[in-house]
Amino acid sequence: MDLTTKYLGLDLKNPIIAGASPLSNNVDTVKLLEDKGAAAIVMYSLFEEQINHEARELDTFLTQGTESFAEAMSYFPEPDQFHSIGGEDYLNKIAALKKTVDIPIIASLNGVSAGGWMKYAKQMQEAGADALELNIYYIPTDPFLTGVEVEKIYLDDLKTVRSHIDIPVAVKLNPYFSSFANMAVKLDDAGANGLVLFNRFYQPDINLDALEVTPDLQFSTSYELRFPLRWIAILHGKVKASLAATTGIHEADDVLKAVMAGADAVQLASVLLKKGAKQVEVILNDMKKWMQEKEYESIEQMKGSMSYKSVAEPAAYTRANYMKTLQSIK
Amino acid sequence: MQRKMVTIDGNEAAAYVAHKINEVIAIYPITPSSNMGEWADEYSAKGQKNIWGTIPSVTEMQSEGGASGAVHGALQSGALTTTFTASQGLLLMIPNMYKIAGELTSTVFHVSARTVATHALSIFGDHSDVMAVRQTGFGLIASNSIQEIMDFALITQNASLETRIPFVHFFDGFRSSHEVQKIEQLTMDDMRAMIDDDLVIAHRERAMNPEKPVLRGTAQNPDVFFQARETVNPYYDKAADIVQKNMDKFAKIAGRQYKLFDYFGDPNAERIIVMMGSGAETAEEAVEYLNAKGEKVGLIKVRLYRPFSIKHLMAAFPKSTKAVAVLDRTKEPGSMGEPLYLDVLSAFTEQMAEGKLPFANFPKVIGGRYGLSSKEFTPAMVKAVLDELIKDKSKNHFTVGINEDVTKTSLDYDPNFSTESDDVVRAMFFGLGADGTVGANKNSIKIIGEETENYAQGYFVYDSKKSGSMTISHLRFGKQPIHSTYLISKANFIACHQMVFLEKIDVLKNAQKGATFLLNSPYPKEETWNKLPKKVQQEIIDKKLKFYVIDAYHVAKETGMGVRINTIMQTCFFAISGVLPREEAITKIKETIKKTYGKKGEQIVQMNYNAVDQTLANLHELKVPEQITSTIEMQPTVPVEAPDFVQEVTAMIIAGRGDELPTSKFPIDGTFPTATTQWEKRNVALDVPVWDPDICIQCNKCANVCPHACIRPKVYDGKLLDKAPATFKSTPVRGKEWPEGFMYTLQVAVEDCTGCELCVEVCPVKNKVDTSKKAINMAEQIPIREQEQENWKFFLHLPDYDRSQLKIETVKGAQFLRPLFEFSGACAGCGETPYVKLASQLFGDRMIVANATGCSSIYGGNLPTTPWAQDENGRGPAWSNSLFEDNAEFGMGFRLTIDKHNEQAKEMLRTMQNQIGQKLVDDLINAKQVDEADIAEQRERVEQLKAKLKSMSGSEARSLMSIADYLVKKSVWIMGGDGWAYDIGYGGLDHVIASGKNVNILVLDTEVYSNTGGQMSKSTPTGAVAKFAAGGKPLPKKDLGLLALSYGNVYVARVALGASDTQTLKAFIEAERYDGPSIIIAYSHCIAHGYNLKQGLQQQKLAVDSGHWPLFRYNPEVAAEGKNPLQLDSKAPSIPIQDYMYNETRFKMVTKMNPDAAKEFLERAQKQVSKNWKVYENMAKMDYSNNNS
Repeated sequence: MDLTTKYLGLDLKNPIIAGASPLSNNVDTVKLLEDKGAAAIVMYSLFEEQINHEARELDTFLTQGTESFAEAMSYFPEPDQFHSIGGEDYLNKIAALKKTVDIPIIASLNGVSAGGWMKYAKQMQEAGADALELNIYYIPTDPFLTGVEVEKIYLDDLKTVRSHIDIPVAVKLNPYFSSFANMAVKLDDAGANGLVLFNRFYQPDINLDALEVTPDLQFSTSYELRFPLRWIAILHGKVKASLAATTGIHEADDVLKAVMAGADAVQLASVLLKKGAKQVEVILNDMKKWMQEKEYESIEQMKGSMSYKSVAEPAAYTRANYMKTLQSIK
Repeated sequence: MQRKMVTIDGNEAAAYVAHKINEVIAIYPITPSSNMGEWADEYSAKGQKNIWGTIPSVTEMQSEGGASGAVHGALQSGALTTTFTASQGLLLMIPNMYKIAGELTSTVFHVSARTVATHALSIFGDHSDVMAVRQTGFGLIASNSIQEIMDFALITQNASLETRIPFVHFFDGFRSSHEVQKIEQLTMDDMRAMIDDDLVIAHRERAMNPEKPVLRGTAQNPDVFFQARETVNPYYDKAADIVQKNMDKFAKIAGRQYKLFDYFGDPNAERIIVMMGSGAETAEEAVEYLNAKGEKVGLIKVRLYRPFSIKHLMAAFPKSTKAVAVLDRTKEPGSMGEPLYLDVLSAFTEQMAEGKLPFANFPKVIGGRYGLSSKEFTPAMVKAVLDELIKDKSKNHFTVGINEDVTKTSLDYDPNFSTESDDVVRAMFFGLGADGTVGANKNSIKIIGEETENYAQGYFVYDSKKSGSMTISHLRFGKQPIHSTYLISKANFIACHQMVFLEKIDVLKNAQKGATFLLNSPYPKEETWNKLPKKVQQEIIDKKLKFYVIDAYHVAKETGMGVRINTIMQTCFFAISGVLPREEAITKIKETIKKTYGKKGEQIVQMNYNAVDQTLANLHELKVPEQITSTIEMQPTVPVEAPDFVQEVTAMIIAGRGDELPTSKFPIDGTFPTATTQWEKRNVALDVPVWDPDICIQCNKCANVCPHACIRPKVYDGKLLDKAPATFKSTPVRGKEWPEGFMYTLQVAVEDCTGCELCVEVCPVKNKVDTSKKAINMAEQIPIREQEQENWKFFLHLPDYDRSQLKIETVKGAQFLRPLFEFSGACAGCGETPYVKLASQLFGDRMIVANATGCSSIYGGNLPTTPWAQDENGRGPAWSNSLFEDNAEFGMGFRLTIDKHNEQAKEMLRTMQNQIGQKLVDDLINAKQVDEADIAEQRERVEQLKAKLKSMSGSEARSLMSIADYLVKKSVWIMGGDGWAYDIGYGGLDHVIASGKNVNILVLDTEVYSNTGGQMSKSTPTGAVAKFAAGGKPLPKKDLGLLALSYGNVYVARVALGASDTQTLKAFIEAERYDGPSIIIAYSHCIAHGYNLKQGLQQQKLAVDSGHWPLFRYNPEVAAEGKNPLQLDSKAPSIPIQDYMYNETRFKMVTKMNPDAAKEFLERAQKQVSKNWKVYENMAKMDYSNNNS
């Protein structure tokens, strides 16, 4: 049985990728993921905001109160060198992972602006990353910012990164565009080697006791796969870029559905955080079992078999819920 | 050989050499020498090796006594060993110094000479400390300049090895230790050439060694001690020649020739000054100037002071000498004269007696004092001294540099006399500590010193406050080496980085005609002129100043620099001062930025580059109008209603004119009035809290946490509001316990607030309509300043609520007590002062405080003003500071007196009961005095007693009158930081708690030496970076609480205001009521922890929740009731330790320097908290029911 697939031009032994999560912070865990069958690793994200914030923070607090009082010119010994300012430890981690495992390592860069931080893309490539996942998020709160302008931010970011590096670039993005399919095509044209659907935001909650907004991230459920599933099915065959499903991939069934909808690969995070690396093995075994039972020979064979263009009733992907409800009354 | 030119300060120069020619270094931090130890530690931490290829071991000890013991031990076991210290620190080393010298052991102690505390402590420089060790047998060598410090550090080491006499190598604290100069750096080869390895080996061979055992340190008896003590004589006899030989050897290596007594001046001079230290540099400048004008004067710089060589001294004098003035930078009250004077005089007399005096006649010799506590010593004063020598009757035992109008010892001098050369750029910068001015100037000096041919000098004057503090930088640049060891009085460039200074001090006083004036103005350039005070406009016009303005805060904001305008103002300086061509200067600034900030990330570098580029576009020269347009007057320093002493003395000090005060204005014994911070309105906060009475729940938490006692609640009769100012806010008081018609006001002292925002953070209420608002919110100060001045005045005028009627066991109730510790100079957001303030509220009217040296003694006792205050009856804390190391003992002394006087008063009451009346005597003696009401009653009885005594005659009545106050319960508080309690004062603290005496010890635990700049203490926790723990402290924090409660009879509490204010309050009340020793260990967030202190209270809570700081109270009285005395007041650790640690730079920076170590520390810290919790939990569970105490 052939589970191999091609994603971002990389040959993967199966479609299961460990998505960006804190698990990749630990070299031993990554090794275990590889041993349990993960075909690639997306590293945790290097956050633009965090890089900037940490540098500012360190500068501010190391100089706070200095040169103000005769007895205390400073409060800290200052080393000649900080080793992990500006993502150095991230780059070191890429190198360490490359030494430890054989599966592709996909670095992840998270940010908004196409500013100076994009230089990290190059450094990630130099550190040995096999591909880069660009996680762009932007909450357009400005009521005067048009959709076109928002789209431009994404496209400019991608182009900037693309122009800096040679390794494949995937864009992980949110679905909130007026015409998502059109946006996908534009990204495709701008050089994206893959689209990862979709990233999940921290969502705000309100703490009624403290009267505070408390954003957090809950684990996904299989049900949430439905949303990317639709868009992968719609985009399959319409873009050159590889497609990866993320959000809600918890079981073998989820993987199979995603592949049938047209995904080249799937990314797992919540389920691995909850159940551990061994879940990769469980899913792979279940997949194989199902494929055996249903006499599928390969992943390639089923890829896109249930996509918008291949399915018997494509309207099912475009129909909204109330239509179904009305029909069911009939 | 071409040596590197470096621009460094004296401490760095000493440490640089000392580190390279020693193997073991044991130190203890003390201003101004701390930086030497820190440099040495940094060199070793970075792997720098000494000339023998090994990295010296640097160890921080628990006191200077400890450091000298470790030094003695290391020397006895054969290592080349040194230490760095000053002042009290050097005094603590004296016993070991006698031993080291008595054993003829080679070592050099590097001392930044500092005033020894007498009527007051002073961190500044004079020779009182080094003069106090001249009898130990140590040699004494003085360096006068930064270059000399580097040179003598080396020369002295080999001289010590060769003479076998240990040496103190000293230089003036601050003036030399902190002055930055461009000097030639000695190389490793220079040092190898200078140090004779045979002598090093000989030193090692004298070591204690079990392979060839000897015994050193016998006890000797009258039969032999004397003779044995005289064995060292030949070594002292030869020493001077050997030291000179080493100076000659050094001259061959480095090209600079020194003599034991260096003469400078006219070869036929008649009038000579003899002196040592940095003042000699100024004297040299003055002598050169005067000789050029045709005078015949000279200067002898004493370099080797001990062993004192008459032979070499006499050789230094010109034969033409007729009159000699010997200047001492120390005072020895009761002596015939100060030491150097007496030595010179004795030398002359001995020579005369032996018929060897090289002069025609015995010269006139006078001695005088100058420069105590870094008092300015200027060429004008040198001239005054030389002029005095011409007079027929020259004043002997004079003082110079002050107006000593009591015994009239001072010499007059002409303050306008100046020797400053026109070739020297003299620039003064007035900045705020927080705006980075000093750091920028240090960078500028480096650029000019290291990148150009110019010589450069920088000296920095700091404020006595830790928040909103002003800094004045004095920079000189010129083609010739700079000897001016005094502040700039004629500046050709003045920069004022904060416009508000213009209304407070005379910034342009020192501007010379045609000078350049750079102002950071928050106003558009067109408006700036009209915003200047009248006096400033006048000075600009009269002195024909070139006037430049920039809105640096605007540029800083635009470029993301926040409030740090350092780079911007530095760029302005280079752009307009002409020290360097503009383009070149910009390039150099950018290079420095890269060097300074590069390690902190590219973003910081870019931000600074951007600021440089934006600066030039925003810098404007203003055409100075010919007429004054302003009506703005300079602000009065203190309000007119301030008491006389404050008007005449304090105000002068506040205004920076303390130098002008004559001796007669000062108290003779160091006694100062309290409650004077109220007169110093500093207006340092841009934003201040504003109360919203509509949503306030009157919990008083904001007042409880305010570090500066600027937020005050009061309950008062609503009828009193008749005369309230229009904007005065009030609301009916909540709660049934108050009388009908009473109102509540929460008033902010906006002029005293430092803007820390702790009050807003702690406020538990949110506005239901707009949750971004609380019951107290920050707002701009300036628009409300005037109205709030009026409101504050009115508020103070409202009577305090009767303290005996308040529920002081509640946070709310206790906060209605008037704070008797207010508006201190502590940092904005200080974590210590809320505890100090709380104690002053609860017990202030009968409190006596012993305060260990450290932050609390500085913000509590540093002039000009005193935060310890008084209530409406004039009662309040009596406060004193003895030393750093003896504070517990000092406070115990208070208790001994109080107990004795109380006992004596009771005895006298019994003896005199017939005259006084049986009932009153019984009531006075048996009064229980537990709560406020009891105490009020006893006070009343004492007043009755005093009234009776007044009417009685006889010595007994007078005697009882003098101690009658001791019948009212007194509260002894012993306060200090962890440096005192855990380290230097621990032995005493331990003894005092073991004594059973009724004292209350408050440990303000910041887990680091805060006052001296963040050195590790035994309280520093695992993983925290501190000086001497540059990579993070690997070992755990000492558990002082556990140690204290092991006695069983000591009340012990560990508190954290931010975690539980009620537990803190309970602990304070219980500790004070406990009739025995009590110790409260109070978590105090600190600027040295490296985060925004407005989050201090949250961090305190996290410290508790993570188990780092379990809260408990251990009350021995409870054990007596058969219950477990240990009450755990916090729950088992509920959050991982990293959630607490990684909010603070002290822990987090390890993750940026060494992630593996950080991980290891985190694991250890986590294990420690779990283990500690178990220990406490088990102890708290123990069964005491069977009298198991």
